[in-house]
Amino acid sequence: MDLRYSDAEEAFRAGLRAWLESVLPALGPKPSPFDWPARRAYDTAWQRMLFDAGYAGIDWPVEGGGRGASPVEQLIYLEELERAHAPYVGVNFVGLLHAGPTIVAEGTPEHRARFLPPILRGEEVWCQGFSEPGAGSDLAALRTRAVLDGDDYVVTGSKIWTSHAEVADYCELLVRTGGEDSRHKGITWLAMPMDLPGIEIRPLKTIVGSTEFAELFLDGVRVPAANRIGDENDGWRVTMVTLSFERGTAFVGELLQSMELLRELRALAGRTGAWDDPGVRRRLGHMGAELDALWALTRRNVSQATRTGVPGIGGSVFKLGFSELRQRISELGMDLVGRAGLSWDELPVLDGGPPLANAEIVDVWGNSFSRTIAAGTSQIQRNIVAERILGMPKG
Amino acid sequence: MDFELSDDEVALAEGVRRLCAGRFPLDDLRTAEGSSVVVDTDGWRALADAGVFGLRAGGDDGLGLGMAEAAVVFEELGRALVPGPLVATHLAATYGIVPGAAEGEVVVGSVERPAPSGGRAVVPIVVEHLGALGTLVVVEDDGISLVEAGTLDAVPVARALDPLTPLWRVDRIPVGRRVGSAEQAARWRREEDVLDASLCVGLAFAMLDMAVEYAKGREQFGRPIGSFQAVKHLCADMLVRAETARAASHAAAVTIDQPDVGDPERASAGAALLAAEAANANGRSCIQVHGGMGFTWEVPAHLFVMRARVVAARMRPPASLAETVAERY
Repeated sequence: MDLRYSDAEEAFRAGLRAWLESVLPALGPKPSPFDWPARRAYDTAWQRMLFDAGYAGIDWPVEGGGRGASPVEQLIYLEELERAHAPYVGVNFVGLLHAGPTIVAEGTPEHRARFLPPILRGEEVWCQGFSEPGAGSDLAALRTRAVLDGDDYVVTGSKIWTSHAEVADYCELLVRTGGEDSRHKGITWLAMPMDLPGIEIRPLKTIVGSTEFAELFLDGVRVPAANRIGDENDGWRVTMVTLSFERGTAFVGELLQSMELLRELRALAGRTGAWDDPGVRRRLGHMGAELDALWALTRRNVSQATRTGVPGIGGSVFKLGFSELRQRISELGMDLVGRAGLSWDELPVLDGGPPLANAEIVDVWGNSFSRTIAAGTSQIQRNIVAERILGMPKG
Repeated sequence: MDFELSDDEVALAEGVRRLCAGRFPLDDLRTAEGSSVVVDTDGWRALADAGVFGLRAGGDDGLGLGMAEAAVVFEELGRALVPGPLVATHLAATYGIVPGAAEGEVVVGSVERPAPSGGRAVVPIVVEHLGALGTLVVVEDDGISLVEAGTLDAVPVARALDPLTPLWRVDRIPVGRRVGSAEQAARWRREEDVLDASLCVGLAFAMLDMAVEYAKGREQFGRPIGSFQAVKHLCADMLVRAETARAASHAAAVTIDQPDVGDPERASAGAALLAAEAANANGRSCIQVHGGMGFTWEVPAHLFVMRARVVAARMRPPASLAETVAERY
């Protein structure tokens, strides 16, 4: 076991750090979370900067136009971005982390040439059309129907939890091409242009007030059959292939951001006097120990991925632990700001001193509710851990 | 950066696991339940021969390895419920303060000398395995001293919690012979916490394995209880606690070996906090999964539960560990 980075790894870090220091000041302030066109412009401009500097698709294989970085380099990349408060993937999330890698693995040469460069350059934004009102945790129950008619699939149905739908150019869409009860064996993966007739977008307002995702209503949308990735009815496998790109780094940025948040809460407790309460110090210390442990687990998962190509059992274990810890940290934040947390906006403190940063704390708290739901609910994660790792019998 | 176990570390763990399975099978251990001397001379020598005590010692006796290797070894000892003052003997051998400790010739125990109470209630002084000890290490803020175990005025504890950890109550600890500085005392406490954390990680995994195995075999309502989500989720949470604590205790050990990668004090306190919690909580879940049988001596779950409490009681209290992390965060 060795936690020291090699000279080559440190050189990679130094180059990245110097680049970030040189370019970040020019990036300008982050846009309002309510202004989608501005968010798209900001995130895609950042992606273009990454592309020009050779950091786009850091984790993509070289044959897909990526950098093919090692898992440890990916870890360093995310660590340095977080340290420099650089933007994360934002609206490029689906393209960079899911649709793109899927096309790298399963697309034809034509697909790769058409779809990958615009993702890497920040020119095209993707959204995800997987879940449906009747297919959430049970994704294989999806019912959006696609029927081949000439050169097109005619698609009818509805999708939900589609992030960035309002500003997306393409949707990675899972459709039912097999019989009604074909489940995993009757699903097909399509790249659907978002400007086709028959697509209606209804934004969903989240509990924090922004529209992070939408419902999609598809009524006879004609998607070219040439946009099918993989074989007809093989879409489930095509989708799962992407998961093998996961190197145990999925939550690195958020974990490090949580560590910084805890340090901010510590400073806040000092300012308000809450630090004098041993109960507060112990909650902070316990959460600090848990964050340190999850950071250790992250480095373990990345090390396993380096050796075996997959992060092993650690991913689900990490996701379970981190989701719930993040919620507890956010509850501590709300406890510390008290009445100052009763608005989504910053409330001034009475003595005229600097604000308590309550807006960020309230925002983290509001968003924390989604942690144990998105990307597999904690209940589903526990089933996965019990069945796949511990070998317990299916119910 | 490679935080996976190296091939050597894996081989070391496997070697200790084999040794434990051969020399300390649970059924054999249980024949000593309630005895005043649980540590047997041959077994102790076998542990010494495997390097358990001397692996970090320098010179001809030692293997010159680090805390990372020690953590791996102690995890296996915890998993196999090996009894005895393993950590104290290992540390005494590491610091070279008790001749014969590394070779398994002398069994070494340790005790914390209580600080002046200021009128508050003080928990009793308890010495583990006194009947088997040659030397007792006394740890206090300003240093480490040695006391010959036979000179202690001690009363056996009649109904010790862990049937495999006999205890003696001591009202007064003699002054002893000073062998280490305040700095060394701090180092002792830190390393003891990390090795105790490793023992707890081993216990936490042992109890997880026991619960999962039982849940796969035990049938109710015509199917294995392990197929019920309520039981699965108990076991999944046990794994999360054990894996998280394991990563923390390994990181603490590596941070002691490589202090440039972090803060050894914060890492040790955090590892001890989470590992003790994992062992205690997994004990509770293990018994819960076993149902009524878990509450009896018919299954050995209670032995692991009691050992977890013995090890946790050696550590600083959870509140103090958590505050240490908070102050250094």
